Amino acid sequence: MGLKGQVYVVGAYEHPTRHAVDRSLGQLHADVALGALQDAGLTVDDVDGYFCAGDVPGWESLGVGPLSVVEYLGLKLRHFDTSETWGSSYINHVEHAVQAIQAGKCRVALITQAGRPRAEKFSPAEGHLKQAQSTAESPFELPYGPVVTNMYGMCAARHMYEYGTTAEQLAWIKVAASHHAQHNPNAMLPKVVTVEEVIASPIVSTPLHRLDCCVISDGGGALVIAHPDVALQLKRPLIRPIGSGFTVKHLNGGYFNILESGAVQTGKEAFAEAAVTPQDIQYASLYDSFTITVLIQLENLGFCEPGQGGRFVADGGLISGVGRLPFNTDGGGLCNNHPGNRGGMTKLIEAMRQLRGEAHPAVQVDNCTLALVHGTGGQLGARHGSATLILEREG
Amino acid sequence: MEHRIPTSPKPWAETQTFWQAANEDRLMIQRCLDTGKAFFYPREHSPFSGRSHCEWFEASGKGVIYSYSVMTRATPAYCIAYVELEEGPIILTNIITDDFNQIKIGQSVKVVFVASDNGQKVPVFTPEFH
Repeated sequence: MGLKGQVYVVGAYEHPTRHAVDRSLGQLHADVALGALQDAGLTVDDVDGYFCAGDVPGWESLGVGPLSVVEYLGLKLRHFDTSETWGSSYINHVEHAVQAIQAGKCRVALITQAGRPRAEKFSPAEGHLKQAQSTAESPFELPYGPVVTNMYGMCAARHMYEYGTTAEQLAWIKVAASHHAQHNPNAMLPKVVTVEEVIASPIVSTPLHRLDCCVISDGGGALVIAHPDVALQLKRPLIRPIGSGFTVKHLNGGYFNILESGAVQTGKEAFAEAAVTPQDIQYASLYDSFTITVLIQLENLGFCEPGQGGRFVADGGLISGVGRLPFNTDGGGLCNNHPGNRGGMTKLIEAMRQLRGEAHPAVQVDNCTLALVHGTGGQLGARHGSATLILEREG
Repeated sequence: MEHRIPTSPKPWAETQTFWQAANEDRLMIQRCLDTGKAFFYPREHSPFSGRSHCEWFEASGKGVIYSYSVMTRATPAYCIAYVELEEGPIILTNIITDDFNQIKIGQSVKVVFVASDNGQKVPVFTPEFH
Protein backbone atom coordinates (compact mmCIF):
# COMPACT_ATOMS: atom_id res chain seq x y z
CA MET A 1 0.00 0.00 0.00
CA GLY A 2 1.47 3.36 -0.98
CA LEU A 3 1.08 6.71 0.69
CA LYS A 4 -1.99 7.55 -1.34
CA GLY A 5 -4.34 6.00 1.16
CA GLN A 6 -6.59 8.28 3.18
CA VAL A 7 -4.32 9.07 6.10
CA TYR A 8 -4.14 12.71 7.12
CA VAL A 9 -1.91 15.14 8.96
CA VAL A 10 -4.46 16.67 11.29
CA GLY A 11 -2.43 18.67 13.81
CA ALA A 12 0.65 20.90 13.72
CA TYR A 13 2.22 23.17 16.29
CA GLU A 14 5.45 25.14 16.52
CA HIS A 15 6.76 26.23 19.91
CA PRO A 16 6.96 30.03 20.13
CA THR A 17 10.11 30.02 22.28
CA ARG A 18 13.50 30.67 20.75
CA HIS A 19 15.40 30.68 24.08
CA ALA A 20 14.09 28.12 26.56
CA VAL A 21 16.26 28.91 29.58
CA ASP A 22 13.50 28.08 32.06
CA ARG A 23 11.94 25.10 30.29
CA SER A 24 13.30 21.56 30.38
CA LEU A 25 13.61 19.41 27.28
CA GLY A 26 10.79 17.22 28.59
CA GLN A 27 8.55 20.27 28.99
CA LEU A 28 9.29 21.41 25.45
CA HIS A 29 8.28 18.02 24.04
CA ALA A 30 5.12 18.11 26.14
CA ASP A 31 4.36 21.69 25.08
CA VAL A 32 4.53 20.86 21.39
CA ALA A 33 2.67 17.56 21.78
CA LEU A 34 -0.23 19.25 23.56
CA GLY A 35 -0.16 22.15 21.13
CA ALA A 36 -0.44 19.88 18.08
CA LEU A 37 -3.19 17.78 19.69
CA GLN A 38 -5.16 20.93 20.55
CA ASP A 39 -4.67 22.16 16.99
CA ALA A 40 -6.14 18.89 15.73
CA GLY A 41 -9.00 18.89 18.24
CA LEU A 42 -7.69 15.75 19.94
CA THR A 43 -6.31 14.92 23.39
CA VAL A 44 -3.49 12.81 24.82
CA ASP A 45 -6.02 10.02 25.37
CA ASP A 46 -6.53 9.72 21.62
CA VAL A 47 -2.83 9.04 20.92
CA ASP A 48 -1.84 5.39 20.43
CA GLY A 49 1.29 5.86 18.30
CA TYR A 50 4.38 7.94 19.16
CA PHE A 51 7.32 8.86 16.92
CA CYS A 52 10.48 10.63 17.98
CA ALA A 53 14.16 10.96 17.10
CA GLY A 54 17.40 11.50 19.01
CA ASP A 55 16.42 14.89 20.41
CA VAL A 56 14.21 13.43 23.17
CA PRO A 57 15.36 13.75 26.81
CA GLY A 58 17.37 10.73 27.90
CA TRP A 59 18.57 9.72 24.44
CA GLU A 60 22.16 10.00 25.70
CA SER A 61 21.45 7.23 28.23
CA LEU A 62 21.40 3.64 27.08
CA GLY A 63 17.97 2.32 26.27
CA VAL A 64 15.90 5.36 27.25
CA GLY A 65 14.84 6.18 23.68
CA PRO A 66 11.19 7.33 23.72
CA LEU A 67 10.46 6.18 27.28
CA SER A 68 10.85 9.47 29.12
CA VAL A 69 8.56 11.51 26.86
CA VAL A 70 5.97 8.73 26.71
CA GLU A 71 5.84 8.58 30.49
CA TYR A 72 5.86 12.37 30.94
CA LEU A 73 2.82 12.68 28.68
CA GLY A 74 1.12 9.60 30.10
CA LEU A 75 0.68 8.09 26.65
CA LYS A 76 -0.87 4.65 26.29
CA LEU A 77 0.68 3.26 23.15
CA ARG A 78 0.18 0.44 20.72
CA HIS A 79 3.00 1.55 18.43
CA PHE A 80 6.20 3.64 18.51
CA ASP A 81 9.20 4.36 16.31
CA THR A 82 12.51 6.14 16.93
CA SER A 83 14.05 6.41 13.47
CA GLU A 84 16.98 8.79 13.75
CA THR A 85 18.69 10.65 10.92
CA TRP A 86 19.16 13.97 12.72
CA GLY A 87 17.18 16.88 11.25
CA SER A 88 15.42 14.93 8.53
CA SER A 89 14.04 12.27 10.93
CA TYR A 90 10.56 13.78 11.32
CA ILE A 91 9.91 13.65 7.60
CA ASN A 92 10.56 9.90 7.75
CA HIS A 93 8.28 9.71 10.79
CA VAL A 94 5.33 11.07 8.81
CA GLU A 95 5.67 8.27 6.29
CA HIS A 96 6.23 5.69 9.03
CA ALA A 97 3.10 6.93 10.83
CA VAL A 98 1.05 6.67 7.64
CA GLN A 99 2.27 3.11 7.09
CA ALA A 100 1.54 2.18 10.71
CA ILE A 101 -1.99 3.59 10.52
CA GLN A 102 -2.61 1.82 7.19
CA ALA A 103 -1.38 -1.41 8.74
CA GLY A 104 -3.76 -1.02 11.69
CA LYS A 105 -0.95 -0.58 14.23
CA CYS A 106 -2.31 2.73 15.51
CA ARG A 107 -4.96 5.34 14.71
CA VAL A 108 -3.57 8.62 16.06
CA ALA A 109 0.17 9.14 15.75
CA LEU A 110 2.08 11.90 17.52
CA ILE A 111 5.51 13.11 16.34
CA THR A 112 7.48 15.48 18.58
CA GLN A 113 10.74 17.38 18.21
CA ALA A 114 12.42 19.86 20.55
CA GLY A 115 15.79 21.18 21.60
CA ARG A 116 17.47 23.87 23.67
CA PRO A 117 21.04 24.28 22.33
CA ARG A 118 20.89 28.03 22.90
CA ALA A 119 19.99 27.65 26.56
CA GLU A 120 22.74 25.05 26.86
CA LYS A 121 25.24 27.38 25.16
CA PHE A 122 26.01 24.89 22.40
CA SER A 123 29.14 25.75 20.42
CA PRO A 124 29.38 24.53 16.82
CA ALA A 125 33.17 24.87 16.99
CA GLU A 126 33.31 22.36 19.83
CA GLY A 127 30.83 20.12 18.08
CA HIS A 128 33.45 17.98 16.39
CA LEU A 129 34.89 16.88 19.71
CA LYS A 130 31.55 15.29 20.48
CA GLN A 131 31.31 13.44 17.17
CA ALA A 132 31.03 9.70 17.15
CA GLN A 133 34.25 8.01 18.20
CA SER A 134 32.93 4.52 17.63
CA THR A 135 32.48 4.77 13.86
CA ALA A 136 34.94 3.12 11.51
CA GLU A 137 35.50 6.40 9.65
CA SER A 138 36.22 8.61 12.67
CA PRO A 139 40.00 7.92 12.91
CA PHE A 140 40.30 9.00 9.28
CA GLU A 141 38.28 12.20 9.67
CA LEU A 142 38.30 13.65 13.19
CA PRO A 143 42.05 14.45 13.17
CA TYR A 144 41.37 17.09 10.51
CA GLY A 145 38.82 19.18 12.39
CA PRO A 146 35.64 18.60 10.37
CA VAL A 147 32.79 20.76 11.70
CA VAL A 148 29.47 21.55 10.15
CA THR A 149 30.60 24.92 8.76
CA ASN A 150 33.68 23.71 6.93
CA MET A 151 31.95 20.60 5.59
CA TYR A 152 29.22 22.79 4.06
CA GLY A 153 31.89 25.30 3.05
CA MET A 154 33.40 22.59 0.86
CA CYS A 155 30.04 22.06 -0.85
CA ALA A 156 29.78 25.76 -1.62
CA ALA A 157 33.38 25.96 -2.83
CA ARG A 158 32.87 23.02 -5.19
CA HIS A 159 29.61 24.48 -6.54
CA MET A 160 31.36 27.77 -7.24
CA TYR A 161 34.22 25.92 -8.93
CA GLU A 162 32.05 23.73 -11.16
CA TYR A 163 29.32 26.19 -12.07
CA GLY A 164 30.58 29.69 -11.36
CA THR A 165 27.99 30.17 -8.64
CA THR A 166 28.65 33.40 -6.75
CA ALA A 167 28.50 34.46 -3.12
CA GLU A 168 25.86 36.99 -4.20
CA GLN A 169 23.63 34.24 -5.58
CA LEU A 170 23.90 32.27 -2.34
CA ALA A 171 23.14 35.47 -0.42
CA TRP A 172 19.80 35.77 -2.27
CA ILE A 173 18.62 32.68 -0.39
CA LYS A 174 19.15 34.44 2.95
CA VAL A 175 17.58 37.60 1.57
CA ALA A 176 14.44 35.66 0.55
CA ALA A 177 14.24 34.00 3.98
CA SER A 178 14.52 37.40 5.65
CA HIS A 179 11.74 38.83 3.50
CA HIS A 180 9.52 36.06 4.88
CA ALA A 181 10.79 36.32 8.47
CA GLN A 182 9.81 39.99 8.74
CA HIS A 183 6.18 38.82 8.99
CA ASN A 184 6.87 36.23 11.69
CA PRO A 185 6.68 37.74 15.19
CA ASN A 186 8.57 34.74 16.62
CA ALA A 187 11.47 34.85 14.14
CA MET A 188 14.93 35.21 15.65
CA LEU A 189 16.12 37.37 12.76
CA PRO A 190 13.07 39.35 11.59
CA LYS A 191 15.03 42.13 9.89
CA VAL A 192 15.14 42.17 6.09
CA VAL A 193 18.74 41.88 4.92
CA THR A 194 20.32 42.73 1.58
CA VAL A 195 22.77 40.78 -0.56
CA GLU A 196 25.40 43.34 0.40
CA GLU A 197 24.78 42.75 4.11
CA VAL A 198 25.18 38.99 3.70
CA ILE A 199 28.45 39.43 1.82
CA ALA A 200 29.69 41.94 4.39
CA SER A 201 29.08 39.56 7.31
CA PRO A 202 32.25 37.80 8.56
CA ILE A 203 33.48 34.63 6.88
CA VAL A 204 32.78 31.63 9.10
CA SER A 205 34.52 29.06 6.91
CA THR A 206 35.32 29.89 3.31
CA PRO A 207 33.33 30.72 1.27
CA LEU A 208 30.42 30.88 3.73
CA HIS A 209 29.57 34.05 5.64
CA ARG A 210 27.88 34.23 9.00
CA LEU A 211 24.61 35.15 7.28
CA ASP A 212 24.86 32.05 5.05
CA CYS A 213 24.31 30.01 8.22
CA CYS A 214 21.08 29.13 10.01
CA VAL A 215 20.37 30.35 13.51
CA ILE A 216 20.97 28.35 16.67
CA SER A 217 17.71 28.33 18.59
CA ASP A 218 15.60 26.54 21.12
CA GLY A 219 12.05 25.38 20.57
CA GLY A 220 10.45 22.55 18.67
CA GLY A 221 7.29 21.35 17.06
CA ALA A 222 4.90 18.46 16.69
CA LEU A 223 2.54 16.85 14.20
CA VAL A 224 -0.47 14.59 14.60
CA ILE A 225 -1.30 12.02 11.90
CA ALA A 226 -4.66 10.26 11.96
CA HIS A 227 -6.72 7.47 10.47
CA PRO A 228 -9.48 8.75 8.15
CA ASP A 229 -12.20 7.69 10.61
CA VAL A 230 -10.66 10.15 13.06
CA ALA A 231 -9.57 12.82 10.57
CA LEU A 232 -12.96 13.14 8.88
CA GLN A 233 -14.59 13.95 12.25
CA LEU A 234 -12.22 16.89 12.86
CA LYS A 235 -12.95 20.41 11.68
CA ARG A 236 -9.59 20.88 9.99
CA PRO A 237 -8.50 21.01 6.34
CA LEU A 238 -7.64 17.54 5.02
CA ILE A 239 -3.92 17.38 4.29
CA ARG A 240 -2.47 14.07 3.20
CA PRO A 241 0.95 12.76 2.25
CA ILE A 242 0.93 11.52 -1.36
CA GLY A 243 4.58 10.79 -2.08
CA SER A 244 7.83 10.21 -0.25
CA GLY A 245 11.40 9.10 -0.70
CA PHE A 246 14.13 8.29 1.79
CA THR A 247 17.73 7.25 1.54
CA VAL A 248 21.15 7.45 3.13
CA LYS A 249 23.82 9.07 0.98
CA HIS A 250 27.41 8.27 1.93
CA LEU A 251 30.93 8.54 0.63
CA ASN A 252 30.88 5.23 -1.26
CA GLY A 253 34.45 4.14 -0.64
CA GLY A 254 35.76 7.53 -1.74
CA TYR A 255 33.84 7.90 -5.03
CA PHE A 256 31.26 10.65 -4.69
CA ASN A 257 30.05 14.00 -5.94
CA ILE A 258 29.38 16.35 -3.03
CA LEU A 259 26.95 18.31 -5.18
CA GLU A 260 24.65 15.28 -5.49
CA SER A 261 22.85 14.66 -2.22
CA GLY A 262 20.39 11.89 -1.47
CA ALA A 263 17.72 14.27 -2.81
CA VAL A 264 18.54 13.15 -6.36
CA GLN A 265 17.02 9.78 -5.48
CA THR A 266 14.40 10.76 -2.91
CA GLY A 267 12.99 13.55 -5.07
CA LYS A 268 12.53 11.23 -8.04
CA GLU A 269 10.82 8.62 -5.88
CA ALA A 270 8.52 11.10 -4.16
CA PHE A 271 7.46 12.78 -7.41
CA ALA A 272 6.85 9.39 -9.06
CA GLU A 273 4.73 8.16 -6.15
CA ALA A 274 2.73 11.40 -6.02
CA ALA A 275 2.47 11.48 -9.83
CA VAL A 276 3.37 15.16 -9.93
CA THR A 277 6.40 17.10 -11.18
CA PRO A 278 8.54 19.83 -9.62
CA GLN A 279 6.66 22.36 -11.79
CA ASP A 280 3.42 21.41 -10.02
CA ILE A 281 4.77 22.28 -6.55
CA GLN A 282 3.33 25.57 -5.26
CA TYR A 283 5.35 25.82 -2.07
CA ALA A 284 8.57 24.15 -0.89
CA SER A 285 9.97 23.76 2.62
CA LEU A 286 13.66 23.12 2.01
CA TYR A 287 16.25 22.28 4.63
CA ASP A 288 18.30 25.42 5.14
CA SER A 289 21.13 24.72 7.54
CA PHE A 290 23.11 26.93 5.15
CA THR A 291 22.27 28.82 1.97
CA ILE A 292 24.22 26.22 -0.05
CA THR A 293 21.98 23.47 1.38
CA VAL A 294 18.97 25.08 -0.30
CA LEU A 295 20.78 25.59 -3.60
CA ILE A 296 21.96 21.99 -3.90
CA GLN A 297 18.56 20.58 -2.89
CA LEU A 298 16.77 22.73 -5.49
CA GLU A 299 18.97 21.24 -8.20
CA ASN A 300 18.88 17.71 -6.83
CA LEU A 301 15.08 17.70 -6.52
CA GLY A 302 14.72 18.83 -10.13
CA PHE A 303 13.42 22.38 -9.60
CA CYS A 304 16.24 23.44 -11.93
CA GLU A 305 19.10 21.84 -13.84
CA PRO A 306 22.39 21.07 -12.07
CA GLY A 307 24.42 24.26 -11.98
CA GLN A 308 21.41 26.52 -12.53
CA GLY A 309 20.60 26.94 -8.82
CA GLY A 310 22.39 30.27 -8.59
CA ARG A 311 20.29 31.78 -11.34
CA PHE A 312 17.14 30.16 -9.94
CA VAL A 313 17.47 31.83 -6.53
CA ALA A 314 18.86 35.21 -7.65
CA ASP A 315 16.75 38.36 -7.79
CA GLY A 316 14.15 37.11 -5.34
CA GLY A 317 13.54 33.74 -7.01
CA LEU A 318 12.45 32.20 -3.70
CA ILE A 319 10.40 35.13 -2.32
CA SER A 320 6.69 34.40 -1.96
CA GLY A 321 4.60 36.46 -4.36
CA VAL A 322 7.70 37.57 -6.26
CA GLY A 323 9.75 34.56 -7.27
CA ARG A 324 9.21 31.30 -9.10
CA LEU A 325 9.17 29.06 -6.01
CA PRO A 326 8.08 30.37 -2.58
CA PHE A 327 10.22 28.63 0.05
CA ASN A 328 10.37 28.61 3.86
CA THR A 329 7.76 31.32 4.29
CA ASP A 330 8.19 31.34 8.08
CA GLY A 331 11.77 32.54 7.61
CA GLY A 332 13.12 28.99 7.83
CA GLY A 333 16.21 27.95 9.72
CA LEU A 334 18.09 30.86 8.19
CA CYS A 335 15.97 33.48 9.99
CA ASN A 336 13.17 31.99 12.06
CA ASN A 337 14.09 28.92 14.06
CA HIS A 338 16.30 25.81 13.92
CA PRO A 339 15.28 24.13 17.17
CA GLY A 340 17.83 21.72 18.54
CA ASN A 341 19.90 22.12 15.35
CA ARG A 342 17.25 20.03 13.61
CA GLY A 343 15.16 21.70 10.93
CA GLY A 344 12.86 18.98 9.61
CA MET A 345 9.89 19.49 11.94
CA THR A 346 9.59 23.23 11.40
CA LYS A 347 9.73 22.57 7.62
CA LEU A 348 6.74 20.24 7.93
CA ILE A 349 4.83 22.74 10.05
CA GLU A 350 5.21 25.66 7.62
CA ALA A 351 4.09 23.40 4.75
CA MET A 352 0.99 22.58 6.82
CA ARG A 353 0.31 26.30 7.34
CA GLN A 354 0.57 26.93 3.60
CA LEU A 355 -1.73 24.04 2.68
CA ARG A 356 -4.29 25.11 5.28
CA GLY A 357 -4.12 28.72 4.15
CA GLU A 358 -2.88 29.68 7.61
CA ALA A 359 0.49 31.19 6.71
CA HIS A 360 0.94 34.92 7.26
CA PRO A 361 -1.17 36.72 4.60
CA ALA A 362 1.93 38.50 3.29
CA VAL A 363 3.57 35.18 2.39
CA GLN A 364 0.55 32.88 1.88
CA VAL A 365 0.58 31.18 -1.53
CA ASP A 366 -2.81 31.58 -3.25
CA ASN A 367 -4.89 28.42 -3.03
CA CYS A 368 -1.91 26.29 -2.07
CA THR A 369 -2.85 22.64 -2.60
CA LEU A 370 0.52 20.97 -3.29
CA ALA A 371 3.66 21.38 -1.19
CA LEU A 372 7.01 19.65 -0.91
CA VAL A 373 9.11 19.18 2.22
CA HIS A 374 12.72 18.07 1.99
CA GLY A 375 15.25 17.43 4.74
CA THR A 376 18.96 16.67 4.87
CA GLY A 377 19.98 15.17 8.21
CA GLY A 378 23.69 14.80 8.91
CA GLN A 379 26.08 16.55 6.58
CA LEU A 380 25.60 17.37 2.92
CA GLY A 381 29.32 17.17 2.22
CA ALA A 382 29.59 13.74 3.84
CA ARG A 383 27.01 11.16 4.92
CA HIS A 384 23.41 12.16 5.45
CA GLY A 385 19.82 10.99 5.54
CA SER A 386 17.65 12.54 2.83
CA ALA A 387 13.89 12.71 3.15
CA THR A 388 11.34 14.06 0.68
CA LEU A 389 7.60 14.31 1.34
CA ILE A 390 4.87 15.67 -0.91
CA LEU A 391 1.68 16.85 0.78
CA GLU A 392 -1.67 17.61 -0.85
CA ARG A 393 -4.76 19.41 0.40
CA GLU A 394 -7.99 17.65 -0.49
CA GLY A 395 -11.01 19.53 -1.76
CA MET B 1 53.31 30.10 10.42
CA GLU B 2 51.70 28.06 13.15
CA HIS B 3 49.78 25.02 11.95
CA ARG B 4 46.90 23.27 13.66
CA ILE B 5 48.01 20.00 15.27
CA PRO B 6 45.64 17.23 14.20
CA THR B 7 43.49 15.63 16.86
CA SER B 8 44.81 12.15 17.60
CA PRO B 9 42.89 9.34 15.93
CA LYS B 10 41.62 6.43 17.96
CA PRO B 11 42.36 3.67 15.48
CA TRP B 12 40.86 0.20 15.50
CA ALA B 13 43.02 -2.88 15.05
CA GLU B 14 41.17 -3.38 11.75
CA THR B 15 43.30 -0.63 10.18
CA GLN B 16 46.61 -0.86 12.02
CA THR B 17 48.43 -1.37 8.70
CA PHE B 18 47.45 2.18 7.78
CA TRP B 19 48.58 3.72 11.06
CA GLN B 20 51.90 1.86 11.27
CA ALA B 21 52.70 2.92 7.70
CA ALA B 22 51.72 6.53 8.46
CA ASN B 23 54.32 6.57 11.24
CA GLU B 24 56.84 5.53 8.55
CA ASP B 25 55.62 8.29 6.19
CA ARG B 26 53.89 5.88 3.83
CA LEU B 27 50.27 6.15 2.68
CA MET B 28 48.83 2.64 2.61
CA ILE B 29 45.35 2.19 1.18
CA GLN B 30 43.29 -0.78 0.07
CA ARG B 31 42.07 -2.22 -3.17
CA CYS B 32 39.00 -4.42 -3.61
CA LEU B 33 40.24 -7.52 -5.41
CA ASP B 34 36.76 -8.31 -6.74
CA THR B 35 36.39 -5.00 -8.57
CA GLY B 36 40.01 -3.84 -8.82
CA LYS B 37 39.00 -0.48 -7.34
CA ALA B 38 41.01 1.29 -4.66
CA PHE B 39 38.88 2.55 -1.77
CA PHE B 40 39.00 4.72 1.32
CA TYR B 41 38.58 4.77 4.34
CA PRO B 42 40.27 1.41 5.04
CA ARG B 43 38.08 -1.42 6.35
CA GLU B 44 38.01 -5.19 6.38
CA HIS B 45 35.10 -5.54 3.97
CA SER B 46 35.09 -3.99 0.53
CA PRO B 47 32.35 -1.35 0.12
CA PHE B 48 31.96 -2.54 -3.48
CA SER B 49 31.67 -6.32 -3.07
CA GLY B 50 30.98 -6.77 0.62
CA ARG B 51 33.78 -9.35 0.81
CA SER B 52 36.99 -9.22 2.81
CA HIS B 53 38.87 -9.90 -0.41
CA CYS B 54 41.07 -6.78 -0.33
CA GLU B 55 44.77 -5.98 -0.47
CA TRP B 56 46.85 -3.17 1.00
CA PHE B 57 49.15 -1.22 -1.28
CA GLU B 58 51.19 1.95 -1.04
CA ALA B 59 49.56 4.94 -2.73
CA SER B 60 51.68 7.41 -4.67
CA GLY B 61 50.71 10.16 -2.25
CA LYS B 62 49.77 12.40 -5.14
CA GLY B 63 46.36 13.89 -5.74
CA VAL B 64 44.36 16.99 -6.58
CA ILE B 65 42.19 19.17 -4.37
CA TYR B 66 38.52 18.25 -4.92
CA SER B 67 37.24 20.93 -2.53
CA TYR B 68 38.40 22.81 0.53
CA SER B 69 37.29 25.28 3.19
CA VAL B 70 39.45 27.47 5.37
CA MET B 71 38.33 27.94 8.99
CA THR B 72 39.62 31.47 9.15
CA ARG B 73 38.15 32.10 12.60
CA ALA B 74 39.86 29.13 14.25
CA THR B 75 43.15 29.63 16.12
CA PRO B 76 45.26 28.74 14.33
CA ALA B 77 43.28 28.88 11.10
CA TYR B 78 43.24 25.61 9.18
CA CYS B 79 42.14 24.23 5.85
CA ILE B 80 40.01 21.12 5.58
CA ALA B 81 39.90 19.48 2.17
CA TYR B 82 38.81 16.57 0.10
CA VAL B 83 41.76 15.35 -1.97
CA GLU B 84 41.21 13.02 -4.91
CA LEU B 85 44.06 10.53 -4.87
CA GLU B 86 45.77 9.50 -8.08
CA GLU B 87 44.45 5.99 -7.37
CA GLY B 88 40.82 7.19 -7.40
CA PRO B 89 39.28 7.66 -3.95
CA ILE B 90 38.62 11.07 -2.43
CA ILE B 91 39.84 11.42 1.15
CA LEU B 92 39.27 13.98 3.92
CA THR B 93 42.44 15.75 5.02
CA ASN B 94 44.10 19.09 5.77
CA ILE B 95 46.06 21.24 3.36
CA ILE B 96 49.24 22.54 4.99
CA THR B 97 50.49 25.78 3.49
CA ASP B 98 51.76 29.15 4.62
CA ASP B 99 49.31 30.94 2.33
CA PHE B 100 45.69 29.81 2.35
CA ASN B 101 44.91 32.32 -0.40
CA GLN B 102 46.93 30.24 -2.86
CA ILE B 103 44.82 27.11 -2.40
CA LYS B 104 42.72 26.18 -5.43
CA ILE B 105 40.40 23.36 -6.40
CA GLY B 106 42.12 21.20 -9.03
CA GLN B 107 45.56 22.01 -7.64
CA SER B 108 48.09 19.18 -7.40
CA VAL B 109 49.06 18.19 -3.89
CA LYS B 110 51.31 15.57 -2.31
CA VAL B 111 51.11 13.78 0.98
CA VAL B 112 53.21 14.65 4.01
CA PHE B 113 52.89 13.15 7.46
CA VAL B 114 52.52 15.23 10.59
CA ALA B 115 52.29 14.20 14.23
CA SER B 116 48.91 14.46 15.91
CA ASP B 117 48.43 15.32 19.59
CA ASN B 118 49.80 12.02 20.88
CA GLY B 119 52.52 11.57 18.27
CA GLN B 120 50.64 9.23 15.92
CA LYS B 121 51.32 10.59 12.44
CA VAL B 122 48.46 11.33 10.07
CA PRO B 123 48.57 12.10 6.33
CA VAL B 124 47.99 15.70 5.28
CA PHE B 125 48.68 17.32 1.93
CA THR B 126 50.74 20.22 0.69
CA PRO B 127 50.64 22.00 -2.67
CA GLU B 128 53.08 20.69 -5.26
CA PHE B 129 55.00 23.42 -7.01
CA HIS B 130 56.65 22.75 -10.33
